[in-house]
Amino acid sequence: MATASLPVTATKAIPLNGAEIFVRSLVKQGVDLMFAYPGGCSMPLHQSLTFHKDEIRTILPRHEQGGGFAAQGVARTTGKVGVCMGTSGPGATNLVTAIADAKMDSVPMVAITGQVPTTVIGTDAFQETPIIEICRAITKHHYLVTDVRDIPRIVKEAFYIAGTGRPGPVLIDVPKNVQLTVVEEEPDYDPPMNLPGYHPEVRRAHPSQIRDILAAIRESKKPIFYVGGGVIQADAAEEFTKFARKTGIPVTTTVMGIGAFPGDDPQSLHMLGMHGTVYSNYAVNDSDLLIALGVRFDDRVTGKLDEFAKHGKIVHVDIDASELHKNKKAHIPVVANVKEVLQGLNAMIADEDVPELSEWWKTINAWRDKFPLSYKDAGDLILPQYAIEELWKQTKERHPYVCVGVGQHQMWGAQFFKFEKPRHWLSSSGLGTMGFGLPAAMGVAAQHPNDLVIDIDGDGCMLMNVQELATLKCEKLPVKILLINNQHLGMVVQWEDRFHDGNRAHTYLGPIDHPEWSGAGEGGHYEETYPNFVQVARGFGVEAKQVRRKQDLPAAIAEMIAHDGPFLLDVITPYQEHVLPMIPSGKTVKEIIVE
Amino acid sequence: MKHVLSAIVMNQPGVLAHIAGMLASRAFNIDSLAVGETENSQFSRMTFVVAGDQKTLEQVRKQLEKIVTVVKVVDYQQQDIVERDLMLMKVSATSANRSAIRELVEIFRARIVDVDTGHVMIEISGQESKLSAFVDLMRDFGILELVRTGRIALARHSSLSVDQALTPPTPYENIESTVAG
Repeated sequence: MATASLPVTATKAIPLNGAEIFVRSLVKQGVDLMFAYPGGCSMPLHQSLTFHKDEIRTILPRHEQGGGFAAQGVARTTGKVGVCMGTSGPGATNLVTAIADAKMDSVPMVAITGQVPTTVIGTDAFQETPIIEICRAITKHHYLVTDVRDIPRIVKEAFYIAGTGRPGPVLIDVPKNVQLTVVEEEPDYDPPMNLPGYHPEVRRAHPSQIRDILAAIRESKKPIFYVGGGVIQADAAEEFTKFARKTGIPVTTTVMGIGAFPGDDPQSLHMLGMHGTVYSNYAVNDSDLLIALGVRFDDRVTGKLDEFAKHGKIVHVDIDASELHKNKKAHIPVVANVKEVLQGLNAMIADEDVPELSEWWKTINAWRDKFPLSYKDAGDLILPQYAIEELWKQTKERHPYVCVGVGQHQMWGAQFFKFEKPRHWLSSSGLGTMGFGLPAAMGVAAQHPNDLVIDIDGDGCMLMNVQELATLKCEKLPVKILLINNQHLGMVVQWEDRFHDGNRAHTYLGPIDHPEWSGAGEGGHYEETYPNFVQVARGFGVEAKQVRRKQDLPAAIAEMIAHDGPFLLDVITPYQEHVLPMIPSGKTVKEIIVE
Repeated sequence: MKHVLSAIVMNQPGVLAHIAGMLASRAFNIDSLAVGETENSQFSRMTFVVAGDQKTLEQVRKQLEKIVTVVKVVDYQQQDIVERDLMLMKVSATSANRSAIRELVEIFRARIVDVDTGHVMIEISGQESKLSAFVDLMRDFGILELVRTGRIALARHSSLSVDQALTPPTPYENIESTVAG
C-alpha cells in the first residue's frame, strides 16, 4: 500500500487513505470514545483507529447491538453525538435495533458501517447487505460514501444533523475500497456543508405566542405541565424547573421526561400514562390547561386519544413541526426550541400571570393521599419495588446514572427511583428494546468513569445482551447490576393475568418440564433459579451474589456499591407482582386499575 | 379530497426511495408521484397527488419537509394551478373505424403518434378528467395498452423556483396560529 509517492503528511506506517481521513474527521468532530466491532469491510477503519488511540478510545463490545446502545449511553447522558461502528452485512444488521431505538427516542448518534467495495455492490457479495435501504425509515439521515473526497463533508454533516434540531441517528456506510483509496493531499476537514433543505435552528416562538401561553396560564384554574424528553434533549431542565417553581403548576413527566424536574419535589406528580400515578392521570384528565413541552402524545401516555385531556386547552411546544397536531390538536401550537420558549416565558412572566391554584392543589393532594404509589409488604420475600426503592435510598446522594431494560422492572424503576437531575435516567422508551440496560450502562461507565452507574435489569432482558459482561470486565467498567429475577417475562405475565386468564404463553424462562412453564406451578419462591446468573457472571470474571431474603437485601446492595469493579446482584423476586396503577392499552383514566 | 403538493428535492440517488418509503411506512395514500430534473440539474421537482383530509395533508407536508434532502414543499391548495397528465395508449383500429378514432383524437386535441396494421398509438395530455373521458370513449374500440405519467403541476402566479426554494426559511415562517377560544 505504501509507495514511494506518498505525500509528506503520511508516513510509511500510516497511509493517508479513506479510512485515515475518516478517523481524522471523527477526531475533528470531537469524538473521543466509540464502540466498534471489526470485520472484513471495516478493518481499514480499525487500523486507523489504532493510530489515533490517544485521541479516541475505541471499545470493543461483544455484539454490535451492545455497541449501539453503549453509544446511546454516551449520547443520552451528555447530549453529545454517540458513535458506534460495525462491519458490513451482519455487523450492520446487528446495529439496526440500536439505530431504530435512537430514532424513536431522538438520541443523537452516528452509526458507521463497513460496506463491500463499490465495484461489487449489488452482486450479493459476501457479507453484503443494502444497509442504507434497510435503515432509511429508522435514521434521521444516511450516507453511502462513494468518493473518498466526500468523507470530511459527510462526517461533518452527519454529526451536525444527528445533534441539531430534533436529534436522531445518522448512518454512514463506507465501502472498503473507499476506505483504502489513498489520496495525495490532506483534505480540508472543515469543508462547507451541502444541506440546502436542513434548517433545524431557524424556527422561533413569536413573542405573541409567548404572550398567548402566559395568558392561558393566567386564566387557568387547573393547569398542569406534561413534560417529555424534548426538555431534556434541549438541556432545558433548569429553565423548566425555574418556570414551574414560579408558576406553582403541578408537573408530570413522561418516561423520557424523568429528571426534567426533581422527582422528590412535592410539585412533581411523577409519571403519567399507562403506569403513571393515579393523581397525575386524574390531574391531566381534569385539567383546564395542559402545557405539553417536548412531548409527542404517545399512545402509552394518552390511552384513548379522543378522551385524553379533553376538558381543557392544550399548549404544545416542540422543535419538530410534524409532532404538532399529529395525534392531538393543540390550541396553542409552537414550533421552537423548548429551551428558548422557556427562557422567553421566564423573562416575560409577571406576578399577575401566576394563577391561584390552592383549590387545584387541594384536589390533587387528596388524590395523592388516596392513591399513593405503594406496594404491599411480602414478609420475607423481596418485592422488586422494595429492591429498587432501597437501591435509591442507598445511592441517591451520589446521583447515580441508572439504565434499565424493558418491562416491569423498567416501570418500577421509573416509579420508585427518584431523579434530581436530567440525563441520569436511561430507558429505551419509544422502541422498548429488551436488553438495552446493560450495554447502555457500559457506555455510560466509559463516559463517566468517576460516577456511579447502575443497570436495573430483568432476567429476560439480561440474557438479550449478557455478552457485554465481558466488555465490563475487560474494559474495566464498574457497572452495578441490580437484577430483578422473577424467572418470567414479568410484563407479559402481567398482561396474561389481566387479559388472558393467566394462560402462560412462553413467558416462563426456565426448563419446559417445570410446572411453571404451563402456569401449573405453585407460584412459590424458587428453590433453584435458571440460569445461574452468579455462575454466569463469574464466568465472565464479574463478581456476583444472589439474594433471596428481604433482610439480606440492604447489606447486599451496600456490598455491590462498595465493590471495586462491576458487580451483579441477582435478586430473586416473586413474579406475581403487577405494575400498578395501570391504564389498559387504548383505554381511559376511568378504567385505571389500582389493585 | 385530493390535493397537489410540489417539492424541490436534491437530485441524488436514493431520494425517491426515501420519500416513497416514508409515505408507505406512514400509510399515506398517494394517488400519483411524478419526478424529474428542474432548471438546475442538482435539484429535482416532485409532484404528489395526495388523497386525504386537511390533517393528513399537513402531516404529509411536514413529514416530507423533515427529510434532509427535501429542500422545500408547497401545497397548491387554494392556488390557481395548471395540472397535466400525459398518456400514451394503443387502440385497436381497422380501416373501417380509423377515421372515427381520428375524429375523437382531434376533438380531444390528442395526437396519433404511430400507426400499425390493426392499431394506432395515441398521445394525449391534459387534466385528469379529460384523460378519463377519452379513455372511456376509446374502450369501445378496444384499448390494447395504456400508460400514463403521474400528475405534474405549476402555479400560475406564485412560484417555487429552485432559487426561491434555496432561500432559508425565516424564524416565523409557517407559524402555527393559536386557536381562539
